[in-house]
Amino acid sequence: MGASYGKLMMWFFIVSDALTFSGFLAAYGFSRFKFIETWPLADEVFTHFPFMHGVSAPMYYVALMTFILIFSSVTMVLAVDAGHQMKKNKVVVYMFLTIIGGMIFVGSQAWEWKNFIKGEYGAIETKGGSLLQFVDKDGKRVALADFAATLPVEREQLNRNKATWFMSESSLPSYTVAEVQAGFKAHPDLLIRTEVIYEADEATKNDATINHDLTKIKHKTILTREESMLRLGQATYVVEGANLTRNEYGSKLFADFFFFITGFHGFHVFSGVIINIIIFFNVLLGTYEKRGSYEMVEKVGLYWHFVDLVWVFVFTVFYLV
Amino acid sequence: MSHEHEYVSNTSRIWKVFGILSAVTIVEVILGILKPEALHLNHFLGMNLLNWIFYALTLYKAYYIVYAFMHMEGERSSLRYAVVLPVIFLILYLLFILLTEGNYIYGVFKDSTIKWNF
Repeated sequence: MGASYGKLMMWFFIVSDALTFSGFLAAYGFSRFKFIETWPLADEVFTHFPFMHGVSAPMYYVALMTFILIFSSVTMVLAVDAGHQMKKNKVVVYMFLTIIGGMIFVGSQAWEWKNFIKGEYGAIETKGGSLLQFVDKDGKRVALADFAATLPVEREQLNRNKATWFMSESSLPSYTVAEVQAGFKAHPDLLIRTEVIYEADEATKNDATINHDLTKIKHKTILTREESMLRLGQATYVVEGANLTRNEYGSKLFADFFFFITGFHGFHVFSGVIINIIIFFNVLLGTYEKRGSYEMVEKVGLYWHFVDLVWVFVFTVFYLV
Repeated sequence: MSHEHEYVSNTSRIWKVFGILSAVTIVEVILGILKPEALHLNHFLGMNLLNWIFYALTLYKAYYIVYAFMHMEGERSSLRYAVVLPVIFLILYLLFILLTEGNYIYGVFKDSTIKWNF
């Protein structure tokens, strides 16, 4: 096939890795199609941008991350190009820039995860397992902290150091269900937003439980005050942020897929950075200069571009569609 | 090292491809933020036009990454097809099966008495 053994094997590794990733993304698509009516809307989930608190900035941050990764791909090709011309110093500079770009990307992803895990508004889980979020009279999201009442609570987190040596549990939510319910009752303007994405058909148009002034097509359904009170009566759990069991954004699988797929991609970027660093030092030591060929740089370059390629798809599937 | 033809440095092409990838990403982000209703609310083959555009642009970017950055265009056609064809075929096959099945299960929950959440 006109390529060296190493390069050929790198290509075939990339083929198998591409199939692994497409398996994950197809599984995501499967679950999304299964819960097509209730899947979270990406532009409501990823709205953070550094140093801009309280500003809803959907997409900008991931767009920035995409640029960082594309740019580090460009410096990688430039390194490969310089390698073909046997210009060691240029290879060193471009590889260094690539490594820096990769590190910035992994750091950005960590920040993204932090926001995702922390959450912003909080939500309520009902007996049936569906999720309720809160909005004000204009349909804007309201955080639990803004309205939940403060009631005397006696429930404490079970910890080994509090004499319950045989039991332990994860930390309790900041508010109890009763506090949220009392706070909701005390604020007559508040309404509940369900997970269901509103489609204007005959059944939903005449549905008296839906607040038709606030609910927009292809947005989450907002309920009337009466229905909201009714639904909140079925609350069983306060959800804040995201973990592998439940998340405040909607479908439980959403956070699982987010953590798994972006995590697996982030791990690829991380290992790419490590491999790049190894090759970078080999370049510095003059290994490839002595060998008379910079093909090794080309091979790690293939892997690095592949990581960029996967991100292009993850970006579309998680943030755009 | 079996380069049958001499490697030609082509930095201008690299920057051009970078320009294309950036421009496409910017278009995607603008469309994703605006979500024009004409595209978002009209469907074609069960998917709205906006998503069709996103997928088309994604494949367009993927083509440039593989063919220009990974230098696939400089490889022999045997290597090119050995890599590209199995991936395309298997992914389409997998997507077809899983998405059809997901849609079917959605129908089961929607139309029968089984409810997932309530």
